[in-house]
Amino acid sequence: MTTAAVRALLDSVHDPEIPVLTISDLGILRDVEVAGTHVVVTISPTYSGCPAMDEIRADIDAVLAEGGFDGEVRTVLSPAWTTDWMTDAGRRKLLEYGIAPPRPTRSGPVAVELGRTVIGCPQCASRDVEELSRFGSTSCKSMWRCNSCREPFDHFRAH
Amino acid sequence: MTSAVGIDRDTSSYALRLGDDALILGQRLSEWAVASPALEEDVALLNIALDLLGQARSLLTRAAELEGRGRDEDSLAFLRDEPEFTCALLSAYHVHLWRVLVGSTDDVLAGIAGKAVKEADYHFDHAKHWTLRLGDGTPESHRRIQAGLDRVWPYAAELFERDPLLDRLVVRGIAVDPEVIRPLWEQTVGEVLAQATLTRPDTAWRPSGGRSGKHLTGFGYLLAEMQHLHRSHPGAAW
Repeated sequence: MTTAAVRALLDSVHDPEIPVLTISDLGILRDVEVAGTHVVVTISPTYSGCPAMDEIRADIDAVLAEGGFDGEVRTVLSPAWTTDWMTDAGRRKLLEYGIAPPRPTRSGPVAVELGRTVIGCPQCASRDVEELSRFGSTSCKSMWRCNSCREPFDHFRAH
Repeated sequence: MTSAVGIDRDTSSYALRLGDDALILGQRLSEWAVASPALEEDVALLNIALDLLGQARSLLTRAAELEGRGRDEDSLAFLRDEPEFTCALLSAYHVHLWRVLVGSTDDVLAGIAGKAVKEADYHFDHAKHWTLRLGDGTPESHRRIQAGLDRVWPYAAELFERDPLLDRLVVRGIAVDPEVIRPLWEQTVGEVLAQATLTRPDTAWRPSGGRSGKHLTGFGYLLAEMQHLHRSHPGAAW
């Protein structure tokens, strides 16, 4: 089986906190090495204390075992994960799910494009929005409110 | 680079100090969260506590690996007694510490610092926000935060103490030299205090002892609560 096929298999592993995102969308899937039936999957944690990481590791193990592989999950800290690694598909899924996607980090390698640097309301696309709290229901999100449609929403913080 | 797991007691002790700082502060913030004045603050404190707990887990795991005595993050957190905890008081300190530790020759410590520095940045923002809000708020809020600042200020000196362990590790490029981050910390804290209209305490009293396991009375109560479950039910996990 090829690496691409194993990657396709891993697309069924989702972030338990934000189930619309696969680990590949999130940018934490760093490497897949296939040698016969032995598969080494390398991932990067999002936040140091993110409780979803244990579950993600267990899900990867389960998916690989189901596929008949002898899987091994390695966690690497460096280079540190950044939201700049989130895929465009991931950003689109977040928006459709009602979460404003992250802007590029200041130091990140992503070119600053208009439209990606501004937070818009995921419901009505208004840019008249305000931050209620830098902290939200999970480490990666902050709480916002739209002043046009008055809906509260989550924003996936640039990190 | 020393990422391979070999025994290195000095680096283990250093990782343990850094881990204890994060663990105890995380536990203390979790206690504060139940008394926070608003839901948003409850969420903020617990988010910060969770980051610190994650940093502590990585650091204690590294300390256990390099110690080579078969202990792990859990036995270090839950089965040590008060004199074995080597933490000192901190957010502006963390920001500068992690930023420099990214260059450590121990690449596991450097990796942990690379993640922690991004987290510490917004922990610092949060602490700064409250300092400004209370310091430059009402006369009563100003009085209270100035009193709190006066009380904890003397303990900050311990963050920059040098001892033989640090002397050895600074030479090896593993630990951060306190003298390197002290001026950065002084400047950051000085700016925030000035903006918050607070007076920088001027005291010659420099209590010490945290790094050698001597703590104030409150510490024992904190440990009792943190360790109770694990000690009553050894090996408990979920």
